[in-house]
Amino acid sequence: MLELIDVGKRVEGQDHIRDVNLSFDEGSLNVLLGPTLSGKTSLMRLMAGLDKPTSGDIRVNGNSVVGMAVQKRNVAMVYQQFINYPTLTVYENIASPMRVAGADAANIDRKVREAAALMKLTEFLDRVPLNLSGGQQQRTALARALVKGADLVLLDEPLANLDYKLREELRVELPRIFAETGAIFIYATTEPHEALLLGGKTASLSEGRVTQFGPTIEVYNRPSDLITAQTFSDPPMNIVPMTKTGSVFVFAGKQVPVSGDLVRLADGPYKVAIRPHHLMLHAPAGESLELEVTVSTTEITGSESFVHVETMGERWVTLTHGVHRVEVGDRISVYLDPRSFFVFDNQDRLVAAPSQDILPHEDLASASAGHG
Amino acid sequence: MTRLRWLVPTLYIIFLMLPIYWLLNMSFKTTNEILGGFSWFPAEFTIESYVKIFTDPTWYSGYINSIIYVGLNTVISVSFALPAAYAFSRYRFVGDKHLFFWLLTNRMAPPAVFALPFLQLYSALELFDTHFAVALAHCLFNIPLAVWILEGFISGVPREIDETAYLDGYSFPRFFTKIFMPLIGSGIGVTAFFCFMFSWVELLLAKTLTSVEAKPIAAVMTRTASTSGYELGLLAAAGVLTIIPGAIVIYFVRNYIAKGFAMGRV
Repeated sequence: MLELIDVGKRVEGQDHIRDVNLSFDEGSLNVLLGPTLSGKTSLMRLMAGLDKPTSGDIRVNGNSVVGMAVQKRNVAMVYQQFINYPTLTVYENIASPMRVAGADAANIDRKVREAAALMKLTEFLDRVPLNLSGGQQQRTALARALVKGADLVLLDEPLANLDYKLREELRVELPRIFAETGAIFIYATTEPHEALLLGGKTASLSEGRVTQFGPTIEVYNRPSDLITAQTFSDPPMNIVPMTKTGSVFVFAGKQVPVSGDLVRLADGPYKVAIRPHHLMLHAPAGESLELEVTVSTTEITGSESFVHVETMGERWVTLTHGVHRVEVGDRISVYLDPRSFFVFDNQDRLVAAPSQDILPHEDLASASAGHG
Repeated sequence: MTRLRWLVPTLYIIFLMLPIYWLLNMSFKTTNEILGGFSWFPAEFTIESYVKIFTDPTWYSGYINSIIYVGLNTVISVSFALPAAYAFSRYRFVGDKHLFFWLLTNRMAPPAVFALPFLQLYSALELFDTHFAVALAHCLFNIPLAVWILEGFISGVPREIDETAYLDGYSFPRFFTKIFMPLIGSGIGVTAFFCFMFSWVELLLAKTLTSVEAKPIAAVMTRTASTSGYELGLLAAAGVLTIIPGAIVIYFVRNYIAKGFAMGRV
């Protein structure tokens, strides 16, 4: 078990990591989710022992490892850039951790060939990494991490620089392959749908802090605050300030009747966040609120369309399936369903989330189909 | 126009090669023929000058001395500059940038400035007239140069490679020799070449700090005046032989030098 207790890292007076408390179980799959510069890499470097925390403690099975040399920890790490030893062949690259550990040649050979087969590198074993494609180089790095048999495997956006097809393939394979080794598997990514596809547990990061840590699906469905909700939404959520009086939300002169859990909320101002695919371009079957908006841009990816709209000075984005032909400047109607509202209070804390029996699978399906 | 494209490079190469050709030409002539008049080819082709150099100890020991201190200097320069360059590239410490620049300014000082202090110091330490004295003195300008070139090559290697090696379990010395040095092999080659070159052509310090035991070839060449005047044929042959080591080394590192130029450090 790996524990981070009140871990902080200051570099030249700037907090890179603040008050991080996390614990990872053996054989677990964990995702660090956050935008660029949110501290994913910094956190991983602390866990690997490449950097020393300026405050707090890092413990492995209860024993502090702060200050322990990297060489003495059993950690494997794969970077976003393709990092291999350029002068060694792919075979020697993969064998490197075992060679240093002094394993016997037969054992090394067996493990290297096994890992190479898993990573589809068998035919490239005699080449040097720079003569391989980016994907093959990254698979070499992954194979090296695999043969090490580390207790802690850190993958820092390993698939970010790969092409789409390979990414899809490896994303499915990687957790499965590493799960068999029983290691603590930690995967950093900027993409919400990647976190959802990987499953396991997710720690959402923002500006060096962990905003929420829990089962991925739970973090997605019930983000504890607005920042987590934004981190876990791509494109960003649409935020609407609303005031609750009695059984209605008042928004720009319009009244939205509320039902279910929302009724119990105290009167006052709230921020309502709506996922892009809950801003509908067609009136849904049930009750909904209709809003007039102006189209500012449209992006069509093929299976879906992003329509950016403007209303009363706010920029919103809607996500719909299929190709929608709307012209820039068109006045169109969008429909809101109060049951899909995430409601946050003044301190940006979640007070109500859409109940999951209303929109159970659609959420996931469209989020994971999101980008690729 | 395009038919005359060969003209400029050809003229350039002719002008460039003419002095070298003339030196070669002279080395195969007798001194009398050289003084006798103008001729494109040796009328009496002779290799007597070369024979003399290879048989007379006062001549060939000059070459041996030069090669010893140049080799010694190259080894010292590269092996001291390598860790220094690694530190400048990878670590941050107080005054690192100033120190790096200061190191370079050593190259700007004329060696003549240092000739007298070196002479006095080495005489006091009984290092005068040893190969080691010259090799050490040449470090004055070769180590800064070597640090400068190597730092460029080392900074071209991503830091993550170092970290990956540590994660794989390599200790620092093992990583440095097994992984890192092969990685910057071309940089080390280029650096060694430049150290070799600058030490080989440096005359003032080499001449000042030696008298008999470690006298360099360039110093031998300046002392060929005899009763019959300068022996020009012999001097020319010695000149040709002085060019050869540099030409050989340049042949081996020519590709790396292009790489070094591309990195802006050579």
